Amino acid sequence: MSTGPDGDARAPRAGVPLIDGLEKVTGRARYTADLEVADALAARIFRSPCSHGEIIRLDVAKARALDGVVAIVTGEDCPHTYGVLPVAMNEYPLARERVRYRGEPVAAVAAIDERIAARALDLIEFEVRPLPAYYTSEEARAPGAELLHLNKPGNLEREVHHQFGEVAEGFATADLIHEELIHCAEVNHAQIEPHACLADYEAVSGRLTVQSVSQVGYYLHLMLARCLEMEAARIRVIKPFIGGGFGARVEVLNFEIITALLARAAGGKVMMRLTREENFLTHRARPQTDIKLKLGMRRDGRITACECEVVQRGGAYAGYGIVTILYAGSLLQGIYDIPAIKYDGYRVYANLPPCGAMRGHGSVDTRHAFECVLDRMARKLKLDPFAVRRANLLHAPMRTLNDLTVNSYGLAECLDKVERASQWRERIGKLPRGRGLGMACSHYVSGAAKPIHWTGEPHAVVNLRIDFDGGVTALTGAADIGQGSSTMVAIAVAETLGISIKRIRVISGDSAVTPKDNGAYSSRITFMVGNAAIDAANKLKAILIQAAAGKLEARPEDVECAAETFHVGAQGQSSIPFVDVVKAALVDCGPITVAGTFTCPAEAQGGRHRGGAVGSTMGFSYAAQVVEVSVDEPTGRVAVENVWAALDCGRAINPLAVEGQIEGSVWMGMGQALSEETQYVDGLPLHASLLEYRVPTIAETPPIKVAIVESHDPHGPFGAKEASEGALAGFPPALVNAVANAIQIDLDELPVTPDRVVEALVERRRQARLAAARRGAS
Amino acid sequence: MQTDGSRAKKRLLRLKLNGRWREDAVAENQLLVDYLRDCAHLTGVKTGCDGGECGACTVLVEGEAVPSCLMLAVRCEGRAVETIEGVAQQNRLSRLQRAFHQKLGAQCGFCTPGMIMAAEGLLRRNPRPGEAEIRTALSGNLCRCTGYVKIIESVKAAAEMPS
Repeated sequence: MSTGPDGDARAPRAGVPLIDGLEKVTGRARYTADLEVADALAARIFRSPCSHGEIIRLDVAKARALDGVVAIVTGEDCPHTYGVLPVAMNEYPLARERVRYRGEPVAAVAAIDERIAARALDLIEFEVRPLPAYYTSEEARAPGAELLHLNKPGNLEREVHHQFGEVAEGFATADLIHEELIHCAEVNHAQIEPHACLADYEAVSGRLTVQSVSQVGYYLHLMLARCLEMEAARIRVIKPFIGGGFGARVEVLNFEIITALLARAAGGKVMMRLTREENFLTHRARPQTDIKLKLGMRRDGRITACECEVVQRGGAYAGYGIVTILYAGSLLQGIYDIPAIKYDGYRVYANLPPCGAMRGHGSVDTRHAFECVLDRMARKLKLDPFAVRRANLLHAPMRTLNDLTVNSYGLAECLDKVERASQWRERIGKLPRGRGLGMACSHYVSGAAKPIHWTGEPHAVVNLRIDFDGGVTALTGAADIGQGSSTMVAIAVAETLGISIKRIRVISGDSAVTPKDNGAYSSRITFMVGNAAIDAANKLKAILIQAAAGKLEARPEDVECAAETFHVGAQGQSSIPFVDVVKAALVDCGPITVAGTFTCPAEAQGGRHRGGAVGSTMGFSYAAQVVEVSVDEPTGRVAVENVWAALDCGRAINPLAVEGQIEGSVWMGMGQALSEETQYVDGLPLHASLLEYRVPTIAETPPIKVAIVESHDPHGPFGAKEASEGALAGFPPALVNAVANAIQIDLDELPVTPDRVVEALVERRRQARLAAARRGAS
Repeated sequence: MQTDGSRAKKRLLRLKLNGRWREDAVAENQLLVDYLRDCAHLTGVKTGCDGGECGACTVLVEGEAVPSCLMLAVRCEGRAVETIEGVAQQNRLSRLQRAFHQKLGAQCGFCTPGMIMAAEGLLRRNPRPGEAEIRTALSGNLCRCTGYVKIIESVKAAAEMPS
């Protein structure tokens, strides 16, 4: 084990490969679609061809009569809504009475093979009375618009109006007030593993086992019990390997419940594999967002006030919408010192696939607007973009106006790192035309300090088991979706116990075995589950030290464990191997299981205002980045040449994985900035494949230089905070700022596609001609 | 679970799969990816899209990387097909597998088998590829986790390792 520059020996500094990495590189890793299906039925979903309508007739008799069809379920089979927020469950797994978007599940078939299931779909008779459908926020909010949900006037799922500090006063003291309207396209997670679910219903015992791609098996468990009217104790939810999530699988998805309904109806095993097109229809990603942002600034760059209005086109159902629109406002704070903030948020229903959570949930589009406006104001005030950020830094520990706690803050160091690495000072303003540098900052929570299903339980629990074999088994409900959370747990336990990571086995995500966990979302696992793992390891260590003290005839407080050896005082005096201590410890009580917990204290759970819990966290990550672009004016093509990103993750428990997360999140921000966009015509997706939905390929991906900043959070596990989301939001504004630096055009729309760049250039030439003509005429 | 073609005309397919000759009755319209996954149970071959979009199903046919979702199984008659399951020799990981593991070229791992097979095809025809050649060879393989940075590092590192 190597030690860090600070002499801190708690974690190996180069990082370790993923503990489940060998399965991945050998092809042995089984994802949901790879599970044994020899005796499983194949399932297909019949989806609404209509954007909005009343269901007049749904007749599945002919489909049911088809040879090889075993079960069909419709909305009749599930009278219960499902969803994330107890206050906003307005969606049925299969539509009842109304359909609200094209592609909404209406019926589902289980058959002996996929070909027959697909043929059965053709035999389903479906009639709707069409209703007016809305595809933009403006249409849906217009007076007199047909309501998608009768209890939601104005087609507004949620309005948020928050004000903190003296906003009018703040603007009055500003030397410059600047307002912009910025639009961000809807994007999709596009995780490479398509959705799949395997449900097995044992008719005799009445037990259901569901294996699915969920990031939060616990939510799935709750919703299966609700929708199938089953006792939760008869349900088991298992997480196989998961091929990425990015928020797509944070909420329970319709196909998961549908598969379980089919399995029960068929009295057996059903495999559902969605096509890529159906993945786009399932959606639940970042909504199309309009941001009107007004900032006041003093000549020295200090922000005096902020007014922000956000409109999100949320799609046809609630999903995570309330949380998303609250995040967009609450995370205006916690990064800069802003004395007064007014926020108005509108989450709008439209006849499109429902939006949900996506990496950087709620914060990304608002941060984009904010960082673009900061740059434009800096330019007007002839200030350097770095200087403007530095003029508004926070000083931890502090509480924001909306009662978020900031306990550690490494943004200043992030700024220094990317400024130096990009040679900003030497290069800014000296690049040839068409080449530009831009920068931006961002932050994100390390887990929601108040979970959605608030039960009063600890925020995280980890069990550690130890038995005759001397192996340590960590049991966690936390879903490793590729981010390396199981490896993080193993490192935390190994470092705390003083044993090799090879002695540890992590079992995650099986409700029959592992403790309940709130899941892989809002970057909570490292902070919360990491702390719980350390707590569990300390409890186990206390037991083992007691046993070792007996063997060594020493006082427990004099015994330590390092390198798998318990010893008294300096090493070598008197020592005993780890496995012998385990055997000694088992003598009294047999195999040992301990539980470690972590709880966020009440003071970290946000303000008392309505929605005040959203954005609350024990620790914010901070990031700064510089993006270098070249712009080809004739074609409008923007190429990213270089990226320098620095992220304050408190402390990197596994630096290799932290680097991977920063690179991946920065790159995902690049996709949103440059090319990713879901588009619809009359509710029909134009983008429902990985050819039309343009995820960047390896060919157009630039080098990404990463720096890790360690601010040592006082509450984080070994000082750690999140590392997976915070850097994403900085990329789009850094890119737009770089384009402005390259061709002196401020773009107000994402993504920055060639057509948008060309359009802006044409418009500038037109304005220049008009101005010239006016000068000539006068 | 039969995914398609149960009524279609079948033919006896003889191919060398991961070094071993085998024969199977396959439908003439069956895709290679479905044959590999459903008949040969080689689930390391992944399906990530609706056809030819993502590269997750990449395998080697006669040493050349191809997306197995764009090829009929019967086209492999008499040919050598290699999947991720076949690249480790006598329990020893290939250098690409070692590099992808050590350098974190795999995060969620779903694109990894296809990515490694595409890189394997590259290294066989070009043992010391430059970065641009790596990018070209892997440009049909999408990854959503890594930003490709550590994938490029992994392929470079593998090329440096003794095989």
